[in-house]
Amino acid sequence: MISVLRSAWLIAAKDLRVEARSRELVYTTVFFAVTAVLIFAFSFVQEDSTVPPGAASGILWVTLTFSGTIALTRTFEREREHDTLRGLLLSPVERPAVYLGKLFAVLLLLAGVEAVLVPLTGLFFQAPLGRAPGLLCLLLATGTLGFASVGTLFAAMLVRARSRDVLLPVVLFPIVVPVIIAGVRGTNALFTPETDLAVVRMWLAMLVSFDAVFLSLALWTCGPLLGE
Amino acid sequence: MSAGALDFDRIDITDVTRQYGRRRALSRVTLSASAGDVIVLLGPNGAGKSTLLNILSSLLRPTSGAVRYGDTAAADAGDALRGRIGFLGHELFLYSDLTARENLTFAARLYRLPDPDGIVERGLVRANLADRADDRVGGFSRGMRQRLALERALLHQPRLVLLDEPFTGLDDRSADALVERIAELGRHGSIVFAATHDFDYAARIATRATVVNRGRCCELPMDGSPLLTRYRTALAVEAA
Repeated sequence: MISVLRSAWLIAAKDLRVEARSRELVYTTVFFAVTAVLIFAFSFVQEDSTVPPGAASGILWVTLTFSGTIALTRTFEREREHDTLRGLLLSPVERPAVYLGKLFAVLLLLAGVEAVLVPLTGLFFQAPLGRAPGLLCLLLATGTLGFASVGTLFAAMLVRARSRDVLLPVVLFPIVVPVIIAGVRGTNALFTPETDLAVVRMWLAMLVSFDAVFLSLALWTCGPLLGE
Repeated sequence: MSAGALDFDRIDITDVTRQYGRRRALSRVTLSASAGDVIVLLGPNGAGKSTLLNILSSLLRPTSGAVRYGDTAAADAGDALRGRIGFLGHELFLYSDLTARENLTFAARLYRLPDPDGIVERGLVRANLADRADDRVGGFSRGMRQRLALERALLHQPRLVLLDEPFTGLDDRSADALVERIAELGRHGSIVFAATHDFDYAARIATRATVVNRGRCCELPMDGSPLLTRYRTALAVEAA
C-alpha cells in the first residue's frame, strides 16, 4: 500500500510540475470558472442585490463540475500527446498507483479552482461562507473527491477514444449526478438563513458514502480498464 | 536492477494471433529468443511489427496463443515483469515541459531504482546530453529526444529491450553509438527486438533477422549474404 501511495504521489508531483511550467490547466479552468460565475451573477442577481434562494450553491457546483470536466479532459490529453500514459503503464508501478496519481493531481488542481471560485460566489451571491467554514470545506472536499474519482477513471478509459471530449461528459455526468445533488443540497442547507446543521451533516454523510463506493469501484476496475 | 524478483533468459512466443476487430494484425506467430539475441524485425508498414512489440511488452494481450518469459506466462507475471522490459516506441514517452534530467529522474523513481541521481547522471552522459540536462525536452531536436528516450528505456537495465524504429532522427554519429549500445546490450545478456526499415543498421546489429509480413513471421537465414537480398527473397517466396 505504501509503495502504491509513493508511486501515486510521484505521478501527481510530476503532473503538478508540468502544470507549474505550462499553467495551461490553471488558467483555463480558473478563467472558465470566473466567467461562468460572472455570467450567472448578471443573470440572477437583481438590481436591488437580492439573490434567488438556492442560486449560490447551484452555481458553485455547476461551475465546479464543468471546470472539473475541462481539467480532466486536458490532464489526460497531455498524457496522450507523447503517449506518456503508455510510458506510465509500461513501468512496474501498480495500476491503482497510476489512477491515484492522476486523481491526486486533479484534486489539487480543483482545490486551486475552488480557492478562487468559492470566495467569488460568496461575493456575488452573498453566500454566508463564514457560517460553518469547516462543514463547507468538508462538503467541497467530499463532493470534489466523488466527482474526480469517477471522472479520472473515465477520462483514463477514454483517452484513446476519438470523440473523448464529447464522450466524457456524456458518460460522466449521469453517474456523478448523485454527488452533485448531494453537494448542492448540502451547500444550500448551509447557506440558508436558518442553517440546520443536522441536514448538512446528512448530505455530508451521503457524500462520504458516494466517495467510498466510487473510489472502491474505481480502484477495483482501474487495472483492466487502463490495461489495453 | 529493479523488480529483480522476476528474471528470465528466454522468451517463447507460441501461436500468437492478434485481431483488431475483423483485421488480423498477427497470425499464428511462433518465435523464441534467448539471452544475447538481437533480433531485427523487418517488414513493410502495417505488417504487424509494432503489434508484436506491444504484445512482447505485455501491454497488449494476444487474441490467442501465449507468450512466456522464462517459466512465467505473461498473464501471471504482473507488475514485476514490466520492470524487466525496456521499450522505445514511435512516441518517446517524454514530457516536453520537463527537463531531460527531470524526465530521467521521474523514470528512475518510477522504476524504484537505487541511487536514481547517479543513474540519471550516467544516463545523461550516455545520451550525450549532460550539457543540456536542465533544458526542457520540448526544445530538443528529434535526434536528441530519441537519444534521451533510449536512455529512459534502458535506465533500469532491462532484460528484454524492445525498440521500434530506434534509428529515427539520429545523425550518423548517434546511430553508430546506438549500434554499439545495442551490441553491448546483447553482450550483457539482454534480449533485443528491434523493428526497423533501415537495412544497413539492421545488418550491423542483428544476430537474427525475422520478416514480419501480413501478420506472419518468417526467420531469415544468417548466411552472410546481404540482408536486403535475403529480405526481398523472403517476400518474393511468400508472395509466390
